[in-house]
Amino acid sequence: MISVIGARRSYGDFAALDDVTLDIPAGSLTALLGPSGSGKSTLLRSIAGLEQLDGGRIVIAGRDVTGVAPQKRGIGFVFQHYAAFKHMTVRDNVAFGLTIRKRPKAEISRKVDDLLEIVGLDGFQHRYPAQLSGGQRQRMALARALAVDPEVLLLDEPFGALDAKVRADLRQWLRRLHDEVHVTTVLVTHDQEEALDVADRIAVLNKGRIEQVGDPVTLYDRPANDFVMSFLGSVARLGGALVRPHDIALDRDLERARAADARVGGSPGVIEAVVERVVRLGFEVRIDLRADSGTRFAAQVTRAEADALGLVEGETVYARATTGPDAAEIHPALAI
Amino acid sequence: MTTTTNHARRGDTSTEGSSLPPRPHLPLGDGADSLPAAPPSSRRTGVARPLGVGLVGLWLSVLVLLPLAALTVTSLGEGIGGFWHAVSAPVALASLRVTVLVAAIVAVVNAVMGTLIAWVLVRDDFPGKRIVNALIDLPFALPTIVASIVLLSLYGPNSPIHIHLNATQPGLLVALAFVTLPFVVRSVQPVLIEVDREVEEAAASLGASNWTTFRRVVLPTLAPAVISGTGLAFARAIGEYGSVVLIGGNIPRKTQVASQYIQQQIEIDRPLNAAAVSVVLLAIAFVTLFVLRLFAGRSLRREEDAQ
Ligand SMILES: Nc1ncnc2c1ncn2[C@@H]1O[C@H](COP(=O)(O)OP(=O)(O)OP(=O)(O)O)[C@@H](O)[C@H]1O
Ligand SMILES: [Mg+2]
Repeated sequence: MISVIGARRSYGDFAALDDVTLDIPAGSLTALLGPSGSGKSTLLRSIAGLEQLDGGRIVIAGRDVTGVAPQKRGIGFVFQHYAAFKHMTVRDNVAFGLTIRKRPKAEISRKVDDLLEIVGLDGFQHRYPAQLSGGQRQRMALARALAVDPEVLLLDEPFGALDAKVRADLRQWLRRLHDEVHVTTVLVTHDQEEALDVADRIAVLNKGRIEQVGDPVTLYDRPANDFVMSFLGSVARLGGALVRPHDIALDRDLERARAADARVGGSPGVIEAVVERVVRLGFEVRIDLRADSGTRFAAQVTRAEADALGLVEGETVYARATTGPDAAEIHPALAI
Repeated sequence: MTTTTNHARRGDTSTEGSSLPPRPHLPLGDGADSLPAAPPSSRRTGVARPLGVGLVGLWLSVLVLLPLAALTVTSLGEGIGGFWHAVSAPVALASLRVTVLVAAIVAVVNAVMGTLIAWVLVRDDFPGKRIVNALIDLPFALPTIVASIVLLSLYGPNSPIHIHLNATQPGLLVALAFVTLPFVVRSVQPVLIEVDREVEEAAASLGASNWTTFRRVVLPTLAPAVISGTGLAFARAIGEYGSVVLIGGNIPRKTQVASQYIQQQIEIDRPLNAAAVSVVLLAIAFVTLFVLRLFAGRSLRREEDAQ
């Protein structure tokens, strides 16, 4: 369990962390999600002790570590750019934390071999970091951090320097690893898909403040505000309300659309729009629309629905939200 | 298990400075068979090559090789025996011993102090840092005889601080340390600037104290730069003349360095003695620089291997 209590950090008059309070349950995999410059790294580095807070406290596993040096916090930290010890072999990298603690050789050997096996790097003991791929280097860095049995594992955009395919693989792998080792893990990312994919809790940061904390489903379906809604997935503005594109239904018939819309409590109503473009994205079809008010938005439908509608560019359709604020899926404050 | 084949590689095997320190080539374990073969060292080819090589060869010949050959020939004017006799004359031998000893001490002092100075200049902030940074090169820019005068006025017979180093070996040390100051500083500084701070933070997060981090993580990265700077300082120190001329006192067997002995032999018209000692100095400098090259080449190769 990590508690951040009223954390503040300023650079000049700029508040990188503005009264952040956050509980990270023991054994969870929590993602800190937010746009660039929102203070994610600052928060993570403050938990690690690599950054000093101007105010507030950090408590790790019941111990107040505010002001404690990073060496003594019982953390493991993984950096975006690996921070490998380039002059040491993979084995020596992973063993580093144990070697400086002067653990018996046999114990170090056993532990390092175990860890290398867990991260899928056995057989790579004697290579140098430069002889590994990016993904392998990051797994080595992870093994190195885990070697000292940290209380918490802190990862700052660990897959940020890797290409999309490797990134997706590795985050799945991280999820499985977490399920195996259960160490309390905090993962910083600016990629909402990554957060939704691996985390069991997500804290959304914006401008040094926490916007919302919750499990991925809650955050996606019941965003606390406009910012969280937009940040967690694409949104369309329909008659003043924010709606996910896949929650928009299209109809050629105005009466039928109105009848369906009446069943959705507090919906923004039926909007008349002109089809600007129909884009097929595999199974999904995105339909770019322009409302008579001139605002543009997109609806996302399945291929079957699109075929049934048979829309062509320039046609007029009637769009409506399939879920309303009464279903708590459109943020109440935003629905008009 | 994820196998990653395709990856974005960060340019983290970049600067020469980050080159790895030499280490015995470790026998590779299980992973050896999948180790990428060392690529042939890249070699630029093109029409310019024969011309370039020719020009470089000519230039080096005229400036370096021919004069050195001439010197060597002169030194052998009375055969190997004559050469040996000239070199093993007690005063000659003493001057060589003093030179190498003082230069070695100066080199070691430089290695430590130069690294420290570079560290402070890169990592610490203090008022007047820019000025201090500019000062480092001054001993190099100054005519060395000026250095000698400066030191003499401070540490000479009329020392305002009552430290008299005139005509002593410590005097030689100070003079040589003065003129060789920039070598280590200037070779370590750029490497230190490029050092990835996150690596140190990683070490700290693993529990390493600042000193352990420095010794086990930072120093190995700096080592090639420290060693090459130290080597240059040593080479410079064994050949130094101007800065020791006044403060050294030129006392045979005590503070007379090889370059002063050579000068003296020329003055008393013994060109063979002068040439012979010169050749020895030359050999020492060459071996030092060659070993350094070898060393640099090895770390470079290691990096290439690693690509
Ligand atoms: N050393 C510093 N000096 C001044 N401002 C800083 C410093 N470090 C961070 N900041 C500012 O603090 C804010 C938060 O930075 P932080 O690195 O925590 O952002 P982040 O959420 O991790 O962003 P990214 O996703 O780009 O890594 C940024 O606006 C940044 O400009
Ligand atoms: Mg960051």
